[in-house]
Amino acid sequence: MKKYKIHILSIIGAFALLTSCGNNNGQNSSNGALNASAAEKMYVAPGEQDEFYAFMSGGYSGNLTVYGLPSGRMFKEIPVFSQFPTSGYGYSEETKPMLNTSHGFVPWDDSHHPDISQTNGELDGRWIFINGNNTPRIARISLSTFETEEIIEVPNSAGNHSSSFITENTEYVVAGTRFSVPIPQRDMPISDYKGNFKGSLSFISVDPEHGHMDIKFQLMLPGFNYDLSHPGRGKSHGWFFFTTYNTEEAHTLQEVNASQNDKDFIAAVNWKKIEEYVNNGGGTKMPANYAHNVYDESTHTATTTMKKEVVTVDPLKVPGAVYFLPTPKSPHGCDVDPSGEYIIGNGKLSADLTVHSFDNMIAAIEAEKFDGEAYGIPILKFEDVLAGTVKSGGLGPLHTEFDGKGNAYTTFFISSEVVKWKLGSWEVLDRKPSYYSVGHLMIPGGNSRKPFGKYVVALNKITKDRYLPVGPEMEHSAQLYDISGEKMELIYDFPTHGEPHYAAGIPAEILAPKAKKIYRLDENKHPYAINNPSEARVTRDGNEVHIYMSTIRSHFTPDNIEGIKVGDKVYFHITNHEQDFDVPHGFAMIGQNTSELLIMPGQTKTSVWEPKQVGVWPFYCTDFCSALHQEMQGYVRVSPASSNIELSWSLGD
Amino acid sequence: MKKASILMIIGSLLLLGLFIYPLWNIQLGAPQYPEPLGMNIYINGIKGQSEFDIQNIDGLNHYIGMKTLPKPSDMWEFTVFPIVIGSMAALGVIIGLFAFFKKVNHRWFLGWFVVMTILGILGMYDFNAWMVDYGTNLDPNAIMKLQNPDGTPMSYKPPLLGHKKLLNFDAYSYPRLGGYLMGLGMLLTLVAFFVGKRSKKNAI
Repeated sequence: MKKYKIHILSIIGAFALLTSCGNNNGQNSSNGALNASAAEKMYVAPGEQDEFYAFMSGGYSGNLTVYGLPSGRMFKEIPVFSQFPTSGYGYSEETKPMLNTSHGFVPWDDSHHPDISQTNGELDGRWIFINGNNTPRIARISLSTFETEEIIEVPNSAGNHSSSFITENTEYVVAGTRFSVPIPQRDMPISDYKGNFKGSLSFISVDPEHGHMDIKFQLMLPGFNYDLSHPGRGKSHGWFFFTTYNTEEAHTLQEVNASQNDKDFIAAVNWKKIEEYVNNGGGTKMPANYAHNVYDESTHTATTTMKKEVVTVDPLKVPGAVYFLPTPKSPHGCDVDPSGEYIIGNGKLSADLTVHSFDNMIAAIEAEKFDGEAYGIPILKFEDVLAGTVKSGGLGPLHTEFDGKGNAYTTFFISSEVVKWKLGSWEVLDRKPSYYSVGHLMIPGGNSRKPFGKYVVALNKITKDRYLPVGPEMEHSAQLYDISGEKMELIYDFPTHGEPHYAAGIPAEILAPKAKKIYRLDENKHPYAINNPSEARVTRDGNEVHIYMSTIRSHFTPDNIEGIKVGDKVYFHITNHEQDFDVPHGFAMIGQNTSELLIMPGQTKTSVWEPKQVGVWPFYCTDFCSALHQEMQGYVRVSPASSNIELSWSLGD
Repeated sequence: MKKASILMIIGSLLLLGLFIYPLWNIQLGAPQYPEPLGMNIYINGIKGQSEFDIQNIDGLNHYIGMKTLPKPSDMWEFTVFPIVIGSMAALGVIIGLFAFFKKVNHRWFLGWFVVMTILGILGMYDFNAWMVDYGTNLDPNAIMKLQNPDGTPMSYKPPLLGHKKLLNFDAYSYPRLGGYLMGLGMLLTLVAFFVGKRSKKNAI
């Protein structure tokens, strides 16, 4: 009977809408935002290009996806921490080393927080960094090739979550541990956590020219959980701020046991001071074992170096390096406004946002107004550092970004909304619902001195009914709000790939002109590359066979190969001789126990095949390269292991 | 006459622009080539408008059996044209200097202009003949053999001047800066003739 009533009401409601002047077009309140003017705002006509790039972390996809704003169109999935059969990343001989770690080959990770390189606190668009959360790693991705160029493993870390945020001149990419662990790792009772586990914060230097990463030092802090972080900027440049939870140091049922303290901390780290200390020979060289994987664009090949040492720093040996700022309550996001003055603790289990003042913090430090200490690290008085509290009326603030016009935008997970508020007066200016349970949000440049405050993208954790149903598992949903006016306006909904935890945006005009179109064949230094089809050949070394092969529309050279035997390990080294934009060739061999290859113009990639059966086996191009794509194919004759058929190869006889 | 002689010298020298800038340009645009492929034709060879355009044009042309674009050593024109242009520029400058010092009269300017025009027409004729051969003398084993509606084999000759549709491609053929400079130079030598003629009349 109750349900029946609701139906009656909704029919009456629909009737009312249909008859009311006709400009609502029967939309109900949950999708009514998509009116004609909203459509105009996000509409990018066919052939037109977007105003911004948006890089969305893939979460459990382990990758990074590239979108356009405001259209919400996806342009590319960049493989980072996960094998990617589409291109052969992590399957090709050249890229397998990218996924090496001290635990061996790890084909997956949970990628979280992309951050674009900066110069003087502004986005410069050279690289984007992202963290692997599960097996702690930091990746650097080129923003001219949009490919992963480097991955460094972070030792003494576990749940690499307060990462990968960069300082304002890309001096460091910073990686903090979520789990505290025994350092060094050892066999000990879990219940001895308290006082024995440590939390490491790693400062990884970035070479200004090539971007190569190197762990400069690891700061060993008390065994809390370090959740998120952000750099100081402007006047607070030289500092880094980390939110913590589980200051209770609970080792079990953290859901409850790590949620007891009214206040946890924001750790303020004066990295300039520690850098100076390390440069003067400070710190302890500690044995370690971690992988450093570098992809060389000229050889198209990655190599792994196992590093055996890391410099650790005991904060108590560097007076004035670390302070704790009490912050309610299990704060998640730790965000710094464009001026560098305000440090925002998004107290995820509270209703309020806590804003600390950098100036107040410095004054309190200088006056030595401490409120005790934790493991020897001074705790500042909450009231002394507080700039203000945003009484939002929402629940579960997670993450704040800025529009560069004096406003801040905070996601509220529990109350499922985005709240706009004013820096300084702390008043709430606007609030809009999100669909549903927004995690993080992104304003292009929102984590820099110069945000481009035109759009905010909300990255939601729950999708439910936003799109056509596709079974229990579905993609996450993003919402795009226009924030150019006084009030936010929801203008678009679009699904995102994986689970974007964070995103980074940048104006297209910074990146688009320097995006690479091809790799130059004359710069290809791959040891198995051939520069000319006349160099195509097949060589044997024991049971290892190397095929030097080239592709150009629309044939492989060679395309007939004989003399391969069962038990051989056959390496197809394929060089794409095209020098034309967007003409990749693919390669796939029947029965191969690996993925295909997708080879860009001028590039060389290698695929291994271990034939197990006698026969004549075909291979073909998997990318529709031309009108003769379907003819782009060849055969390999596989003879018995005992056969004495000589190697031979040909094209067009 | 001094003014006319200077015009003659400048006009002749403008020919030398052909050693720096292309004489002609042919562009091929298609839906899949929003940035058209193009070739710049210099008096001493053909270069891609973008670095890899020649390779990419040849790559496409192999489908319809066209020959690859000629390298400088493949065509005598690319050796002879620079000599002809260099000689004509030098000759024009010498005539101008002689006229400046009143050793020759303005009719030499016209003479130079006529010779240059004849050479230019011969050059265009030769260029067109090469394009006819290039566009019609196709590999009998071509991947795609297309015919006109009347059954004759389709020609892929680019236009000598202007626009022509070749299958999915729009071909555009126009002079480039070197060609324009040559035209301007020739025009100046003609002007020099008339200026010289008038100054002579005034002198009488």
